Amino acid sequence: MITTDLTMALPEIFLACAATTLLLFGAFRGEQGASFISALSVAVLAIAFGLIFLGNRPEGVAFGGLFVVDAYGDYMKLVVLVAAGFGILMTQRFIEREGMDRFEIPVLMVLATLGMLMMISANDLMSLYVGLELQSLSLYVIAAIRRENLKSSEAGLKYFVLGALSSGMLLYGSSMVYGFTGATDFAVIGENLSVALSTGGVPEIGLIVGLVFICAAIAFKISAVPFHMWTPDVYEGAPTPVTAFFASAPKVAGITLFARVLSDPFGSLVGEWQQIIVFVALASMILGSLAAIKQTNIKRLMAYSSIGNIGYALVGLAAGTQAGIEGLLIYMTIYIFMNMGTFACILSMRQKGTMVENIEDLKGLSKTSPLMAFALTVFMFSMAGIPPLAGFFGKYVVFAAAVDAGLTTLAVIGVLTSVIGAFYYLRIIKVMYFDEPTASFDKPIGGEMTLVLTVSSVFIVFFILFSSPIMDGAALAASALFAG
Amino acid sequence: MKGDLRNSHCVDCIGEMGLDGMLAEYLPILIFLGIAVGLAIVMMMASVIMAKQHPDSEKISSYECGFEAFDDARGRFDVRFYLVAILFIIFDLEVAFLFPWAVSLSDVGLFGFWSMVIFLVILTIGFAYEWKKGALEWE
Repeated sequence: MITTDLTMALPEIFLACAATTLLLFGAFRGEQGASFISALSVAVLAIAFGLIFLGNRPEGVAFGGLFVVDAYGDYMKLVVLVAAGFGILMTQRFIEREGMDRFEIPVLMVLATLGMLMMISANDLMSLYVGLELQSLSLYVIAAIRRENLKSSEAGLKYFVLGALSSGMLLYGSSMVYGFTGATDFAVIGENLSVALSTGGVPEIGLIVGLVFICAAIAFKISAVPFHMWTPDVYEGAPTPVTAFFASAPKVAGITLFARVLSDPFGSLVGEWQQIIVFVALASMILGSLAAIKQTNIKRLMAYSSIGNIGYALVGLAAGTQAGIEGLLIYMTIYIFMNMGTFACILSMRQKGTMVENIEDLKGLSKTSPLMAFALTVFMFSMAGIPPLAGFFGKYVVFAAAVDAGLTTLAVIGVLTSVIGAFYYLRIIKVMYFDEPTASFDKPIGGEMTLVLTVSSVFIVFFILFSSPIMDGAALAASALFAG
Repeated sequence: MKGDLRNSHCVDCIGEMGLDGMLAEYLPILIFLGIAVGLAIVMMMASVIMAKQHPDSEKISSYECGFEAFDDARGRFDVRFYLVAILFIIFDLEVAFLFPWAVSLSDVGLFGFWSMVIFLVILTIGFAYEWKKGALEWE
């Protein structure tokens, strides 16, 4: 019995053991820099990827209902592991150059990834909270890892205070839900709710309040409007590779958790939460596209872009159907690659040995480094949703699902905001191709940057040719969520 | 087994037991509060009535360990105090967890035993890390 439980959680247990071992190894090795630990961390994530992909673990619930293994979780875990692996890869050279070469950074990233896997597999309000906190606490530390830098400390503090507030809201909402349903287990909550509703009852107001609190807390974590205020400041202040990490893996984990919580225990309350998600999705799309227009700092721009992208992904969740969840999964997968590629470009923006991060600095990039300009163009076109690039398919599947679910207005507004959003993506391309260069970027950009750039741009450009494994995987994953 | 335990929590406990029944469970806490308040009043009144009062400015000023009681809240003090306090809290909490575990060891069984051992191992790893990083050295 317990051995089955342990087998089901094998990737997580492996990550936990590996992270603690790496921590001790780093501490006993002394001040020797992080490059070896970084490489080992990437290897650890790759092994965890293999354990999930090839492991053939039994599916079902483990540890008395606290932990669930299903195709839905597995799919998203793979996406998270890819994002986290890319994140650590891009971090190493940056921290060496910036004189913050500490082995704790990759270890904390592995621990955060472990928290994300726990969130994705959570089948109980308790394990949800524990996973979320493991992820958040690791991220607070890496946001403020440059503690002598004013902006980084500010980012860490803001992230911590607002994150603690949202954790408090999550706990408060969970306690309300527990009070009104008598359970923290997702399956039992769902059962109790559908029994109560099928006998002609209306959901109690306290339960709805609890649900709203839980939604608000998770919306904080994925920085959906109106809980997005921390995002631009934290993204600007945190070290750039850390921002790249923040904008990818935690968002995937958060939105996976969001979809599981809403469709598993609260599936019978779809009428109640749908209006919340529709509002949050609308507000995120509109703010993400309008507020980004005035930004001059590319990291802030990416912060608003990620807010907008979360809005588009939430359109799939708002549909409340299996097709909607499928769209959400595909959207997040594509988003990871667009995001990682764009950040690899941002990380390569160095002039005379220092980082620059203004959009102005991209002037004339097509003449000074044509390949990078081309890659960034691909990512920007994809973000803007221009066919035949991957970003178009991501938007297409979520909007199609929304239209099928009768949310035509939402889909139309989504398309409109994506047209507005195209303005600032295209402006970057214009700056790169039509403005005269002032200074060129440092070369070479480094092997791992080239790798990330190549992988992401190949994925974005050729998605149309080899999309079927991802589409099939997402379809399988979405049906697993709706079967249970 | 755990799932069954959860199920046994009834959805509307208040409905079955009645509001009075539920409140009756809290009666010992009410009595405890009453005794605590009463005892505090008795002790303070006793010192006012029975002790000799010779107040001077040092005696009646409020006392706080290690600081001027009324000072700028932004005053600086050594970050090492924080470090010691945080390290203390971690191991204090560990003991707080160990106590109920030790008392209920016969009920939680082998699973509970090993869970705590894993927890202790993780804490020990943290301890080894902070030791190696020199967080325990004052100078």
